[in-house]
Amino acid sequence: MSVLKVPVSSNDHIQGDEHALVTLVEYGDYECPHCGRAYHIVKALQKHYGPQLRFVFRNFPLTQIHPLAEPAAEAAEFAGTHKRFWEMHDGIYENQDRLSVRILSEMAERLGLTAERLRDALADHEFEPRIRKDFQGGVRSGVNGTPTFFINDVRHDGLYEFKDLVSAIDARMLQLKPDVA
Amino acid sequence: MARILAPGTQAPDFTLNVTPDQKLSLHELQGKPIILAFYPADWSPVCGDQMALYNEILPEFQKYEAELLGISVDGAWCHAAFAKDRHLHFPLLADFEPKGAVAKKYGAYRKEDGFAERALFVIDRNGKIFWSYCSPVAVNPGADGILQALEDLTLQRNNNERVESSSFVK
Repeated sequence: MSVLKVPVSSNDHIQGDEHALVTLVEYGDYECPHCGRAYHIVKALQKHYGPQLRFVFRNFPLTQIHPLAEPAAEAAEFAGTHKRFWEMHDGIYENQDRLSVRILSEMAERLGLTAERLRDALADHEFEPRIRKDFQGGVRSGVNGTPTFFINDVRHDGLYEFKDLVSAIDARMLQLKPDVA
Repeated sequence: MARILAPGTQAPDFTLNVTPDQKLSLHELQGKPIILAFYPADWSPVCGDQMALYNEILPEFQKYEAELLGISVDGAWCHAAFAKDRHLHFPLLADFEPKGAVAKKYGAYRKEDGFAERALFVIDRNGKIFWSYCSPVAVNPGADGILQALEDLTLQRNNNERVESSSFVK
């Protein structure tokens, strides 16, 4: 059984309540089509569970097969320093089929960020160390491809269709609070 | 699942094609930790496939001076096309003729399927198997086990050196 080696902390990009019963951590790649599909599934899960589910996204770009995965991750981190991480994260996945460095700049501008600053950050790989750290933590935790999910620190080894994740999350909730489910 | 060679066993030597016109023998790499990753086939249809993952993790392996070798029953031309397509920066060995002979030596051949298990071996600097792991064939084993083994191997080596130097002082 693979478990999350790097606990969720305030350094993470987190959506949802700190006291949520279940935390879902995704290691994802912005250019990976499977992650693109999972993006919509996670949205549906968040709607389904409401405040009972907390979601964390960590970077796991497969840069050798996805040349835009790294710049996209850096752009999202750049937006994150201006508290716009999730808008950028969502925007990238919504536009995954036409992703380019230009699209990243356009999205930054639409969020009121300076495209020029983003260009510099990408050129200097300003956010690469953070992404590497996510990646290394993922490797140590047994991330074996993208997307990889952890449900309350335990790697989810099954399929990641909506119904598969729901049954895995429900099972975890049942263990924690038998009366709720 | 096949029974793979256990830690403590001397790793069987072999010579296999690494490109259509180049061969590589295990003993040539002696003196360095070696990661031997048997896998079923090139061209698996997922993004985070095992070899693509190891390709990304290569710098971590290199911190331990380890050499990574991928092995499957695919031929050298197939490996060349696969490595080019996925931008792989480590050698893929062709266990092609006689088919699966090296996988068999390591107990990592699936006779009923005609290809290798997802079996991992970390071999120490003296050519002895230090760690081995066989994953269910449908499950990509990731790299956490390999990295842990490389770390343990380094730790053991440092301890041995300490013991040797302290006995020398006496």
